[in-house]
Amino acid sequence: MTIDMSQFYQVFFDEAFELLAEKEKLLLALDVAAPDSEDLNAIFRAAHSIKGGAATFGFTDITEVTHMLESLLDRIRKGEMALTTEHVDAFLAAKDILTMQMEGHQHGSSVDQDAVDSVCRRLKALSLGQAAPAVEPAPAAPDAAASETVATDAGPVADADGNFHFRIELPVVPQRDVEALASELGLLGTISQETLPDQRVAFTLVTSEGRDNIVAICSFVLDPDDLKITHAGGVPQAAAAAVASAPADPGYAIFEPAKPEASAQPAAPAAEAAKPEQAAGEAKNWGRRATDKEGGSAESSSIRVGVEKVDQLINLVGELVITQAMIEQRINALDPIVHERLLNSASQLARNTRDLQEAVMSIRMMPMDYVFSRFPRMVRDLAAKLGKKVEFVTRGAATELDKGLIERIVDPLTHLVRNSVDHGIEMPEKRRASGKNETGKLTLSAAHQGGNIVIEVNDDGGGLNREKILAKARQQGLPVSDAMTDGEVWQLIFAPGFSTADVVTDVSGRGVGMDVVKRNITAMGGNVEIHSIPGSGTTIAISLPLTLAILDGMSVKVGEEIYILPLGYVIESLQPAAVDVKEIAGQGKVVKVREEYLPLIPLYQIFAIEPRFDDPSQAITVILESDGKKAALLVDSLVGQQQVVVKNLESNFRKVAGISGATILGDGGVSLILDVAALLRSSHQLNTDTIFS
Amino acid sequence: MTKTILAVDDSGSLRQMLSFSLKAAGYGVIEAVDGQDGLAKARQQKVDLVLTDQNMPGMDGLSLIKALRGMANYKSVPILMLTTESGDDIKAMGKAAGATGWLVKPFDPARLTEVVKKLIG
Repeated sequence: MTIDMSQFYQVFFDEAFELLAEKEKLLLALDVAAPDSEDLNAIFRAAHSIKGGAATFGFTDITEVTHMLESLLDRIRKGEMALTTEHVDAFLAAKDILTMQMEGHQHGSSVDQDAVDSVCRRLKALSLGQAAPAVEPAPAAPDAAASETVATDAGPVADADGNFHFRIELPVVPQRDVEALASELGLLGTISQETLPDQRVAFTLVTSEGRDNIVAICSFVLDPDDLKITHAGGVPQAAAAAVASAPADPGYAIFEPAKPEASAQPAAPAAEAAKPEQAAGEAKNWGRRATDKEGGSAESSSIRVGVEKVDQLINLVGELVITQAMIEQRINALDPIVHERLLNSASQLARNTRDLQEAVMSIRMMPMDYVFSRFPRMVRDLAAKLGKKVEFVTRGAATELDKGLIERIVDPLTHLVRNSVDHGIEMPEKRRASGKNETGKLTLSAAHQGGNIVIEVNDDGGGLNREKILAKARQQGLPVSDAMTDGEVWQLIFAPGFSTADVVTDVSGRGVGMDVVKRNITAMGGNVEIHSIPGSGTTIAISLPLTLAILDGMSVKVGEEIYILPLGYVIESLQPAAVDVKEIAGQGKVVKVREEYLPLIPLYQIFAIEPRFDDPSQAITVILESDGKKAALLVDSLVGQQQVVVKNLESNFRKVAGISGATILGDGGVSLILDVAALLRSSHQLNTDTIFS
Repeated sequence: MTKTILAVDDSGSLRQMLSFSLKAAGYGVIEAVDGQDGLAKARQQKVDLVLTDQNMPGMDGLSLIKALRGMANYKSVPILMLTTESGDDIKAMGKAAGATGWLVKPFDPARLTEVVKKLIG
């Protein structure tokens, strides 16, 4: 039977990357002086699992690195070696190497073999160098997957391959036991068998394992005292022939061939009794394992499902919500007394649909930890590179956000965190001179606020420099004045190509700028605010909708059409007095709202519809705000406020300017969702200059 | 009648590989993600063979084997331990716990089905 193993690679990579991320997180949180044994176990298990998978799927390079990692971790978790920061550093470096190797296998990207070798050397040196003196050195256990071979036995001389040649003479035992022993011992190396004149059996075993292991295996079947193990010293001619013809190591063993029932019984009570120390050691091991179990129960089980399946489910539930809304609309016309039971059932359906929708939406939700967990390492490395001291704190890592959004927030957030470490937090000397703690504090937090999630990057660094920003803005020809509020000044750093950093450092100040951060976040339907106090730090707050699939909307009517405005942009709606509407020659109209002139956007003009009212004083204006810009949208009437399921227009039709999506209304009609940010941008291009000049 | 195998491993890729290979060889496969899950699945449905990894979060393979052997209807069901550990103590402990045999990881699908065939035909 041939099975194409490559079909399992993707799952292996996914799970290995997850394990590596988990491992890194645990390592960074580890208290080197007093590591938690649960954490050490979990880190060990991560390395162990990756090794197992890599070996199975034939990624020997990964197997090699994880094997070294595992051996070292095993000794640390067993208390044979004390954990040091060098260990943590080496483990983190190994994580990077493994990531690189996996990416190499996955995408064919290049692997820096020198880096691999250097990390391997580091791991090896650590595992050799620092064994606790009280404990007998336990070299890495050679295993089928390992490439290295370590001799465990001093004394007898190993052959060129590092193998020893043992001759094992058995006492008289049943043939069944001989077979069982042969197959078990066969796992240690290459075994051959001969029958002695007195009908006893003798094995010749070529193995890298020590004598103790042979005794341990045999002790399950017979009394070790009856064994005669001699060091063969070399391969006799006859045995050599036998070795050559011996079957290859099968890699498995069945303790009691053909009679699995019997295997429930412990092998030989006499052997157990003969080995009290081993039994005690075993009991101790079980004790340790029992504690593993308790602590480990926190690791929850989950199933892996393709995102497209979840999206399909969300889509179907969306359809269900629409259908339910249709039913609700139809039965509202019915007599509530005659149809009482139908109406009751319908309201129950409404409740269940809503619950179902919430539950399904929550599947796509992922904790912010998915993003936050990348930063401790980055901040640690960055701070070390820059010679700064930074304490990194995260809050609200459990706050959930839609998967689609969480993936898109990674880059902007990375940029902001880098900026904070690089430009925000000052050098230790400078901090000390200004009476601050040498160690800067960088806080990343997430919290729900209404239907939004607010993510904040806060540092207690020097804060933004108003004068410097204004000077730079003037230099770049941006329209600025000294009368601008701080908030307006801070927004200037989002202008394309804007950078006040005196030096372009290795860390930030090149590549994507703050304008890209801003653009990405706006594209996600969010906005960015900056608060900064000179000398005491900067906070950048990103506010995002929780999900893009459902939207709180306000429906407005123009002519016969109904449009949806995302509620987040709506400030108020009013009917302006005729005197408050002014015409600016060739530039359209403005409307005066609370002593402020706002550009008037007649929706009917944009979509070329015949409105019921074209006189603003008869129609309704909805005041919208986005990016600190306001405008008044002219519509015929307000219809209502409702949650709508967003349908992508691009995938079903094509991109339409001024429209961000579509939805199906309760009556089955289709309604377009307005792209308010784009509408405001276009209106300002037309009007701003005229209005303010 | 199709023989059913319970495959217990915390690694999804390993589980997928076990499941795929065994199904291709004509067996029914039930997957479990750790010892606890394995025990629950074994309780739900009697299987003809159990394959279990040793090192798993929560309940490990040895504990699972012990627990299964404590159940009346699993006294004689073959249990194979999958282990990457060449350490004989783990194999010895497995045997003491009641494992029928062990299979060293990594293994190829052919070897897996070969061992399974030996045990349950």
